Amino acid sequence: MTIVTYVFGIVSALVALIVVIEMLRRHRLRERHAIWWLIAGVLALIVGIFPSTLQWAASLIGIEVPINLVFFVSIAVLFLVCLQHSSELTKLEAKTRTLAERVAIQELRLRELESARRADENHTT
Amino acid sequence: MPSRLERTLIVMPAFNEEASVGDVVREVFTKLPGVSVLVVDDGSADATTRVAREAGALVATLPFNLGVGGAMRTGFRYALENDYDNVVQIDSDGQHDPANVPSLLAELDNADLVLGARFAGEGDYAVRGPRQWAMTVLATTLSRTAKTRLTDTTSGYRASGPRSVALFADEYPAEYLGDTIEALVIAARKGLVIRQIPVAMRVRAGGVPSHHPFKAAAYLGRASMALIFALTRPRATLGTGAN
Repeated sequence: MTIVTYVFGIVSALVALIVVIEMLRRHRLRERHAIWWLIAGVLALIVGIFPSTLQWAASLIGIEVPINLVFFVSIAVLFLVCLQHSSELTKLEAKTRTLAERVAIQELRLRELESARRADENHTT
Repeated sequence: MPSRLERTLIVMPAFNEEASVGDVVREVFTKLPGVSVLVVDDGSADATTRVAREAGALVATLPFNLGVGGAMRTGFRYALENDYDNVVQIDSDGQHDPANVPSLLAELDNADLVLGARFAGEGDYAVRGPRQWAMTVLATTLSRTAKTRLTDTTSGYRASGPRSVALFADEYPAEYLGDTIEALVIAARKGLVIRQIPVAMRVRAGGVPSHHPFKAAAYLGRASMALIFALTRPRATLGTGAN
């Protein structure tokens, strides 16, 4: 591994972490959505600084080519984030649905109240 | 004591039904004096709301299309908030004859949910192929779940008593086929009594039931999935309004 690729790995991990943390700071990202990105960023940083940890972890579970562990973990993280998003989307849709239903009922009630009031006014004048 | 019809809300989900909804509403008022009609305009792009209102119905207009499940839950919630005892769902395309409503309501004396079944002897409604297999599988399984003989589980013509109204105002599935299949499972698992009575179906004002083999097969698949998930849903998520 050349020094350039070593630095490149670390810088990439840092950039990813900084972007996530900055978005958190500006309320552009909520904690529960950021957690997987933070974990992935920290892991990438550790492996970037100490490449031997990757070899150690790979040999620990019997993966012969360490880079395969990187691919596996990356895909696993992406999969989990996708799944979390689908679940959040489902929740949001359910909430939107409830809101839409309530809006329709309130509009109907408003219309009924207004026509009752109009009838009242006509009655009294 | 107001009559049974006066304590009943007819709910009609309507999606782009300006051609038929007015006539259906007027027919309901003629055949069922004293009843209240709520048309739920499910995000129609046409004049459904105006036509229904001019026919004398209450109209709740959803801001966008939610599907029959969303429209019906709106109806159940409105019924609950305005102290109606019963809700009868009638299609706005005119295939349900309002003349059957009194017999549906009468059966509510012995049940919480009464289905108007299309194959139980009256009328001439027939389906074939995968769609028929799907309906047979559904009927067999749901009959066991509901502990009563059901032959037409996807019928949209149904009457709900007070216990069903309270349950469905909170929880009425929005998923495709959920409104018919899953609603039955939810009711049965909550211990509500389900019955069916025969009703005749009329020709729909527009469109015909699909007999295309691929569509029918897709229907079979989706119906089975809806059924399996409805039956295996954890009890804790029932009736909490969590979805």
